[in-house]
Amino acid sequence: MTEPAAAPLPPVGPWQWGRVERVRVENPHVRTLRLVLPEWTPHLPGQHYVVRLTADDGYTASRSYSVGSPPDDAGVIELTVDRLPDGEVSPYLHDELTVGDEVELRGPVGGYFVWRGEAPLLLVAGGSGVVPVMAMLRHRRLARPEVPARLLFSVRSPQELIYADELGDETTIVYTRRTSDSSARRAGRVGEADVAAVAFDAGPAYVCGSSGFVETAAMLLVDSGYGPERILLERYGPTG
Amino acid sequence: MRVSRGFTGRRRGGEPGRLPPGQYDVGSDWPVLTAELTPRVDLDSWTITVNGRVAQPRTWTWPEVRALPASRYDGDIHCVTTWSKLDTSFAGLSVDTLLDAVRPTPEATFAVATSATGYTTNLPIEDVTGGKAWIVWEHEGRPLPIEHGGPVRMIVPHLYFWKSAKWIESITLLDHDEPGFWEVRGYHDRGDPWREQRYQGD
Repeated sequence: MTEPAAAPLPPVGPWQWGRVERVRVENPHVRTLRLVLPEWTPHLPGQHYVVRLTADDGYTASRSYSVGSPPDDAGVIELTVDRLPDGEVSPYLHDELTVGDEVELRGPVGGYFVWRGEAPLLLVAGGSGVVPVMAMLRHRRLARPEVPARLLFSVRSPQELIYADELGDETTIVYTRRTSDSSARRAGRVGEADVAAVAFDAGPAYVCGSSGFVETAAMLLVDSGYGPERILLERYGPTG
Repeated sequence: MRVSRGFTGRRRGGEPGRLPPGQYDVGSDWPVLTAELTPRVDLDSWTITVNGRVAQPRTWTWPEVRALPASRYDGDIHCVTTWSKLDTSFAGLSVDTLLDAVRPTPEATFAVATSATGYTTNLPIEDVTGGKAWIVWEHEGRPLPIEHGGPVRMIVPHLYFWKSAKWIESITLLDHDEPGFWEVRGYHDRGDPWREQRYQGD
C-alpha cells in the first residue's frame, strides 16, 4: 500500500466510439465484446475502460469493465461482461449490442491493479474476476513466456468457467458448488490448502473478484506467509 | 449528443438534479471498494494526529476524541465508480474542531489524509474546513463497520468518496498539493462529482 507508483501513467484517453467486431459467448451469462477503437492506446494488463450509454433525452449510465485482451492486440480491446439481471448497462451490452454496433467508452483507467510485465505472477480470481488477470496471462504468453505464473480460479461449476479453452498448466480451478467428473477436490469455497498449493514467492499477488471473495482469499494468502503489502486487490463493486 | 441505440435507462434517479452527472442511486446498499486488505484497528491504541503546517501539532486518543464536541452529516455520498448513496448519515466530529486546536499557519493550503494502511488522499484546505469534513465513527446510528473504514474514518461527502480516507490516522497540512494514492494513479486531484472530476484532466 505504501510503495510508490511506478512510471507515471499516460492520461486517461478521450471518450470515443468503439465498433463491435466480434462477440464471443464465454458462459450462459458472460460474453466478450471485441471492439475496434479509433483512438487506441496500449493499456497495462489489469486496467479497465468506462462504458457510457446515453438515452435520447440525455440520461447517461456508465460502468467500468476490465480489459481481458493483452496490449499486444493493437487497435482493439476485449471487454468481458457478466450480465447482471438487475443491471442497467450489462443487460444492454448483452441484449442490444451486436456486431457492427458502436458503443461509447473511455480508457484505459486504473494504475494500481496492473502488471508491467516483469514480476512473477501469482493470480487469484473469483468468477468474472478472472478478466483482468487473463489480460496479464495473455500478455505473458505473447511477450514474456519465461516469467513464472500461477492462477487459482474459483468458479461455481464447470458451466461457469470463463476462457475455458485458454486455461493451461498454470491454472488450478476450484469449483465451489459442483465439480467436474474428473475433479478430485470436493466442491467448496477456496480454503487454506487451495491457496497454499499455488502460493509461491512471486511479485505482488493479484486478487480479483467479489468483495467477500477477495477479502477471504487475501486473508488466506496472508496466512500462507504473504505480506499484506504485497497483495493487490480488485473488488468488483456493483456493476451492471 | 450521440445516443446509444436502444438504450432507455432503468435506474433514473428520483427528483431531477438530485444525482450528479453519470451517477446512479444504489439504494440501501453500500458497496465496499478498497484497494487494500482491511486492517485491524484497535481503539485502545488508535490515535489521530494533525500536524504539518500548524502552530501546535497534536495527537488525540480515542477517549480524547470522544470528549470533543459532536457533529453529524446527513446527506448523500458519491463514489467515482458511479454509485451514489442518498439520505444517509454519519456521526462524529467536525474536522474544524481538530484544526482549530492545532491552529493552521497561513501557508497551510492543502491537506493529506493518511489511513492505517498507508493509503493517502490530498485535499485543498478549503474542502476540509467550514463544516465540509468530518471524522466519524457512527453510520446511521450504528458503529461504523470495519469494511467501511471503521472504527474511525474521515468523510468529505461533497467530493467523490475516495477522498474520504478510511481508518484515518493523520491529517497533515502542507503548503503545496501532494497527490495521494489514487491521484498519482490517474484520478483527479479535487474530485468534485458535480463537475465530474473523475480523472486527471477532467
